[in-house]
Amino acid sequence: MGKKPFERPVITKINAGMPAKFGLQIRHDPITDIDGVPLQSLMDQYGSPLFVYSEKTIRQTYIEAYRAFSSRYPNVLLAWSYKTNYINAICNIFHQEGAWAEVVSGFEYRKALKNGVNGGHIIFNGPYKSTDDLILAINNESLIHIDHFDELYDIIEISKSMEKKPKVAVRVNMDIGIYPAWDRFGFNYENGEAWDALNRIMHYENLELVGLHTHIGTYIMSTAPYKVASKKMADLAIGLARKFNHHIQYIDMGGGFASKNTLKGGYYPGSDTTPSFDDYAEAIISELMKAEFAPDHLPMLILETGRALIDDAGYLAGTVIANKRLADGQRASILDAGVNLLFTSFWYDHDIRPGKDVSDQTEETAIFGPLCMNIDVIRKSTAFPLLKKGDPFVIKRVGAYNNTQWLQFITMRPNVVLIDLKGKVHIIREKETLETLNQHEYTPDHLQVI
Amino acid sequence: MKIKKNLAISDTGFVFDPSTGDSYTLNPIGLEIIQLLKNNLSLEEITEHMTREYDVDSNTFERYFYDFTGMLKQMQLVIPDEA
Repeated sequence: MGKKPFERPVITKINAGMPAKFGLQIRHDPITDIDGVPLQSLMDQYGSPLFVYSEKTIRQTYIEAYRAFSSRYPNVLLAWSYKTNYINAICNIFHQEGAWAEVVSGFEYRKALKNGVNGGHIIFNGPYKSTDDLILAINNESLIHIDHFDELYDIIEISKSMEKKPKVAVRVNMDIGIYPAWDRFGFNYENGEAWDALNRIMHYENLELVGLHTHIGTYIMSTAPYKVASKKMADLAIGLARKFNHHIQYIDMGGGFASKNTLKGGYYPGSDTTPSFDDYAEAIISELMKAEFAPDHLPMLILETGRALIDDAGYLAGTVIANKRLADGQRASILDAGVNLLFTSFWYDHDIRPGKDVSDQTEETAIFGPLCMNIDVIRKSTAFPLLKKGDPFVIKRVGAYNNTQWLQFITMRPNVVLIDLKGKVHIIREKETLETLNQHEYTPDHLQVI
Repeated sequence: MKIKKNLAISDTGFVFDPSTGDSYTLNPIGLEIIQLLKNNLSLEEITEHMTREYDVDSNTFERYFYDFTGMLKQMQLVIPDEA
């Protein structure tokens, strides 16, 4: 008979306190495979730590989001937010599903072009677009969303020497009853600045006003602000039709939908409190349908949600490096993935799961990354299973922003793999090496080591 | 190392310290070790027993044993003079 499995011994003090009204489950169901591919085999082959994406989850989430909106409104388009995750393979899954590209820099714009996106299907947002970027976007008939008056006059100036008429939209910010109100991007609705911009564009013949855009914030946990925003956007569009007999082609409601991650300080888990795509769709579309659009001039509804579309499909797998005790006796576990790879750990209480079957025993644990920096804290304190050195773990919902905001800091960025619909594993971004870093550096002759 | 004599330790891993009124829970391995300690077994004897019964080598066990007994000391569940 074989030996019994060993779990590290643990003693936990019982603290009697007020229980929550609804008891929360502390059990951490292990994740031993992703889309049927064993976790350990993934790490054996591609290394630890490792980002893993599920193509199945990406496509299912996209279809769920699209269906929520298209079942309520006849003309809906999703544009993939490149800044959320611009690994080409990920972008192309969304493009295959029908998403346009939404970019916020010249680099992202060119990435979308290289991914084969038609220039006319690229929405160019953001406060900084260089002259070269604007010329390229105008030539490609992309949709340029104007952020400020200086940009508007740049476009007017550039357009004088161009044959093509720039297709522009105005980004609008507004009071939608939440704090903090985002007012740094675009033109304000309440103080009349948005109308000022629209009037100037309409009086300038060389520009074609095609749409209106807003993006009310990020990680909006309530649907009510979208209702307010949708109403104000519809009012602007109706006003344009009345004043100029000009019917815009689309209203872009941006993104900001929350994923199911739990924000730091959240009492209940995000998986219980985050609105569904149906909830967001109902809020936005109910106001659009109430507006006085003529049936033949119903604008297309564009959405640029990024986080809610990709977060669930991404996993960060890794290995426990060590366990230790802090001065007050608290358990601490050190993982091989730190905040340099997991930027979102500054915002979320990430859901970290064991990568193999473990008992239900947990211990209050601080979870650190491998960096020799005090900021490298993944979870300050969480009831964590009794993982030993060398045990695998998986962090759920890391698909949004981590592969764009990760840092080459102290350690190198690891492999990123995609599990396709048939369960085949593909490297979609190769791990970086010392050579990756060194190939961009030059050491002057007098500083060469002799 | 000697466990405090007046500790009430149940077969299911519940520990009550009557001198402080504090209660604790043990996982099954922790319970087994604390029972061996109560029977005055030495580290060598405990290691021999555990490595025979469980899928663990002596080095790994020693590491977790000292971590565990460190917690017992911190929780003041051992006789101070002997600690």
